[in-house]
Amino acid sequence: MTARGLNYLRFRGAVRSFLVMLAFISPWLIGFLWFFVYPTISSLYYSFTEYNILQPAEWVGLKNYIDLMQDPRFWNSLKNTAYYTVFSVPLNVFVAFSLASVLNREIPGRAVLRTLVYVPVVVPITATAMIWMWIFNTNWGLLNNLLALVGIKGPAWLGSPSWSKPSLILMQLWLIGGSILIFLAALQDVPRVLYEAAEVDGAGSFQKLLKITVPMVTPAILFTLLTGLIGAFQVFASAWIMTNGGPLRSTEFYVLYLYNNGFKFFRMGYASAMAWILFVIVLIVSVITFRSSARWVYYGGQE
Amino acid sequence: MARLELVGSPVRSQEAKLAGTLTLGRLLQRLGQLLGAMLAYLTGAAFFLPFYWMVSTALKSPSQTFLSPPVWIPSPFVFQNFPDAVNYIPFGMYTLNTLKIAIPSVMGTLLSCSLVGYGFARIRAPGRDFLFYICLSTMMVPWAVTMVPVFIMFKNLGWTGTYLPLIVPHFFGNAYYIFLFRQFFLTIPMELSDAATVDGCSQLGILTRVILPLSKPIIVTVALFEFNRAWSDYLAPLIFLQRREQFTLALGLTYFLDQQRPMWNLAMAATTVAVLPVVAIFLFAQRSFIEGVTLTGLKG
Repeated sequence: MTARGLNYLRFRGAVRSFLVMLAFISPWLIGFLWFFVYPTISSLYYSFTEYNILQPAEWVGLKNYIDLMQDPRFWNSLKNTAYYTVFSVPLNVFVAFSLASVLNREIPGRAVLRTLVYVPVVVPITATAMIWMWIFNTNWGLLNNLLALVGIKGPAWLGSPSWSKPSLILMQLWLIGGSILIFLAALQDVPRVLYEAAEVDGAGSFQKLLKITVPMVTPAILFTLLTGLIGAFQVFASAWIMTNGGPLRSTEFYVLYLYNNGFKFFRMGYASAMAWILFVIVLIVSVITFRSSARWVYYGGQE
Repeated sequence: MARLELVGSPVRSQEAKLAGTLTLGRLLQRLGQLLGAMLAYLTGAAFFLPFYWMVSTALKSPSQTFLSPPVWIPSPFVFQNFPDAVNYIPFGMYTLNTLKIAIPSVMGTLLSCSLVGYGFARIRAPGRDFLFYICLSTMMVPWAVTMVPVFIMFKNLGWTGTYLPLIVPHFFGNAYYIFLFRQFFLTIPMELSDAATVDGCSQLGILTRVILPLSKPIIVTVALFEFNRAWSDYLAPLIFLQRREQFTLALGLTYFLDQQRPMWNLAMAATTVAVLPVVAIFLFAQRSFIEGVTLTGLKG
């Protein structure tokens, strides 16, 4: 057979396998176009309109974006989300790593403990929110009663504008089981040899932690950091159920205000503009995190 | 006898002497271990406490519920709270509604994600990995970004107020589950597929006759994850469901909070019943859950 004929056959084979692959991934491809590409583009269009669903959308140009810049509630929701993200995400990563190190030791009942820290993750957020509302109850809640045992008069938690966000951050710590499991898996992958070599060189536990353990689990840190960030930007259900944005809008997070604009005030255009700003923020933060990760994430010799 | 002999042996006595000089170091080490173990048990207790608080409150009479300091062990146990709570809201109907959404969602997810995962894992074709990265990157986009236009779209289709917006999208894949399926399929030797091809099997035939029978663990994992997600979902039902008769358990449960003064004992009883199925499923199948989670972390 000539070389050209062979090339032609190869080309036909490639086209054929491409079409077969396309057929297999078509559910995702259709879903991607239907539930992602089309909505994302149409939301860009809506963001330049005034639209309350009942009347047809009316083109208003940049008005929604300009109004947003002058909307104190928008800035407040952005500030609340930033506060929540900045404190909650690093705290979650740190606590998850610490607890994973604690649970990584050979102690009796380790499997039970591992189960115990993950169970809250499977609990529906509604149930979690209700349990914690009751825990945070000022007079009869578990938390203030425990604090009273050591002579501390606890705050009003969800009822106090200054404690409402820390309350939600505290509750979020109950839900880090997934990150703990990821860190546990990462810790188990650290080669024993490294520690033994370090011991021979006379390294202490703290040095081993800093020079071996932490670098070896940086991929897990990156993963939990990224998923944590994306989750924190979207915090909604807990605040919606527990405080409905209050008190004094101290827990009116970004997505909560977006939801209110869209589904309470029926300002679909305004909500779409908020959605696009969120999209851009998430994009920038993710890219920065990824870019920086090249400098601090260690992939054990692989690329 | 044997022990005595050992003690008497020169090597042993030397070791014993060495151990004697190291007692302080050993003591510190022992202390550290003890401290670590205590920390671990304390952690476990802290994670367990909210559940204890939920169940103990669920068993209290109203007068025991509102007490400070609290009653740790209710006396008497008010088991009547459970039927009362379940009758306070249309609990059975909410459960049925939730299942009407969750079961088709699980089926759609398994169907679509196994197909797509197979395409991404086992068919060599140009452009495949590029498409896979696009698929992965959609995981990073918050759902809130598309929430409004998707609502408008379903509204225009006349689907709001039905279960369709909560079910149909799950027949079109989910990046995270596609990723899990793909990772699992990659671990199955390619030779099996090649042998089936020689026998005249089509790609679909290979998937259904060769790959899927070997993939029970990942099927179980994804089914459990998706069932848990559908059972727990709050935002989507909140947006798309309008009438109370359609509400899911996750939505309906908050009815207890709408009251001027919530009856926390009943609220906790209902919460306990709502949490029980998912926790039970998790405890029975925790290996599948944990494998799914750690599989995710591998490629962080």
